[in-house]
Amino acid sequence: MKRLHAVRGGVHPDYRKELASERSIVPLPMPAMLYIPLQQHVGAPAEVLVAAGDHVRKGQMIARSAGTVSAPQHAPTSGLIRAVTEITAPHASGLAQATIVLEPDGLDEWTDLPPPIDDPFAVDPQLIRERVAQAGVVGMGGAVFPAAVKLNLGTQYKVDVLVVNGAECEPYVSCDDRVMREHADEVIDGARITAHVLGASRVIVGIERNKPQAIAAMTRAASPFANVEVVAVPAQYPMGYAHELILAVTGRETPAGKRTAEVGVVAYNVGTVRAVHQAVRLGRPLVSRVVTVSGAAVREPANVEVPIGTRVADLVAFCGGFTVSPARLVIGGPMMGQPLPDLDVPVVKGTAAILGLVASEINAEPESPCIRCGSCISACPCGLVPIEMVAYIRKDDFKSAARLGVEDCIGCGSCSWVCPSHIPLVQYFNYANGMLSAQERERRRNERTRMLVEAHNLRVEKAAAAKKAAQAARKSRPETTAQGPSSG
Amino acid sequence: MLIEIGSLTLMGVTLGGLLGAASRLLAVEGNPIEAELQALLPGSQCGQCGYVGCGQAAAALARGEAHVTLCTPGGRSVAEALAKQLGVTVDLSGHEDKEPQYAVIVEDLCIGCTRCIRECSVDAIFGATKQMHTVLVEACHACGKCVDACPTEAIEMTPEPLTLRTWHWPKPQPLH
Repeated sequence: MKRLHAVRGGVHPDYRKELASERSIVPLPMPAMLYIPLQQHVGAPAEVLVAAGDHVRKGQMIARSAGTVSAPQHAPTSGLIRAVTEITAPHASGLAQATIVLEPDGLDEWTDLPPPIDDPFAVDPQLIRERVAQAGVVGMGGAVFPAAVKLNLGTQYKVDVLVVNGAECEPYVSCDDRVMREHADEVIDGARITAHVLGASRVIVGIERNKPQAIAAMTRAASPFANVEVVAVPAQYPMGYAHELILAVTGRETPAGKRTAEVGVVAYNVGTVRAVHQAVRLGRPLVSRVVTVSGAAVREPANVEVPIGTRVADLVAFCGGFTVSPARLVIGGPMMGQPLPDLDVPVVKGTAAILGLVASEINAEPESPCIRCGSCISACPCGLVPIEMVAYIRKDDFKSAARLGVEDCIGCGSCSWVCPSHIPLVQYFNYANGMLSAQERERRRNERTRMLVEAHNLRVEKAAAAKKAAQAARKSRPETTAQGPSSG
Repeated sequence: MLIEIGSLTLMGVTLGGLLGAASRLLAVEGNPIEAELQALLPGSQCGQCGYVGCGQAAAALARGEAHVTLCTPGGRSVAEALAKQLGVTVDLSGHEDKEPQYAVIVEDLCIGCTRCIRECSVDAIFGATKQMHTVLVEACHACGKCVDACPTEAIEMTPEPLTLRTWHWPKPQPLH
């Protein structure tokens, strides 16, 4: 048994994974309409390549990557583009974003895919990076960072370990568990390809102990490869946070504000490496993902293979709908997920779960005064002091909160979960970080304004000087002509 | 005659020289704090603070006559920078941030007089005589000078729309 390294903080919420974890992955019948947002990843939104009325085939690129940190979108099935319009995003704000509306034709006909790469370990890693970028693979654990950009880290840093994140520490969620149980070979193959591109000599798969079948399946699939190791880690939220998992399985701690690559490790979610496998071995872009639908309000919790762009309402209807009206609708896990305004939003690449929670499953206790017990400090996986930071944030003193490290907060919510006074600590930190980035934007804007003012003044001065010169020239011209043509 | 001219010339030269030397030797430097404060202000001379321009606002701040939150377009970040420079603590929790805005020209009303273009200190308005003008949204910093300059009231300030990039969580409701 591998020796594990101690991690900081963490909490033990009631996992309630059994609601959905024993249900095999079932494919969702093609919905009547798909809504594919242009931005499903961190970075610049993709650029539309289609227009209303176009016919597209499954896997065809319908929006291309725009910039260095971006990802393309592909048609999840064959059909007709109905519109490119603003549709409510799967986001707590309820704001709209540019979205491609696709009406499936029911044929589900694949486009001409790029040829499979038979031996990915023999080809130039750049070829695989390009293939992954073209396939629109993004981090499927929730961070939705373009996978191909991360593959470049191997060229900038010396990466020796690839950590495959199968921790799945969020309660209720079991999509990664099911993927590991049912597609262990694909995950291991994708991980080996990813490690090869990164130049990492070792692969460590970290899985929480509460998923014994997944550990068994992955260990079996990894057994032929000496450099791939499957490690059971304690079931402790937020073990699935990359920095925490890397610390647990390698003993390397990532400094605040730095990338994990600086300590020689890169982490990928199991769903992401499976998508890498499909892109490389089959030439398939990322057009669907496994989503857990769970919560006490859902009639038949399930793990469903969902085409990207499916309306959450269609997905919930497939799971038998709600038995009672849910007290809260959540996209993602209950700890870090976002509340959804309604069911009329699409499933995107980063959607791991849709939860319909009843009143007994959510914390609706009123906030009471802080008793200074310090539980939040012991729970924080980042070593922060929530109790101090929140005091500053209540007074909107973001600079002092930033000095205490609020920008290192990962928003895991352990502090809020553990607080006996039900103080919405993480909500305060999310607010503070939002305000800090808004201030940063404002500062940059003021800087640009100052630059523009300087340019304006320079231009006005130049124009005035030119006018003066022209006047002087006009005045002197009659004299010079009178004196003779030689000086003209 | 010569004596009068000579004595007056001598006096002129001596006194002039004395004055010149005095202006050099006894020169009063501009308040250095003023210059530092002015560097922190946006410098667009919009006058929304009630002073003629950023220089006068900086002078008032240096004299302690104005509050650090005087600059509307600068917002919270400028207020904090000024407070830090002046070594004063400022409680911004009650400070209402003006929501970000930009100017919009109503095309039907624009007569192409170019007055707003001359008024804009960041060159954010685009157009020519008797041609319709338009505002480059990215450059506009909402000083509002063009609104006053427009003879046909064709310019309006519009709040910047909230997007997924700029949205963030609001402050949790405080304890009652």
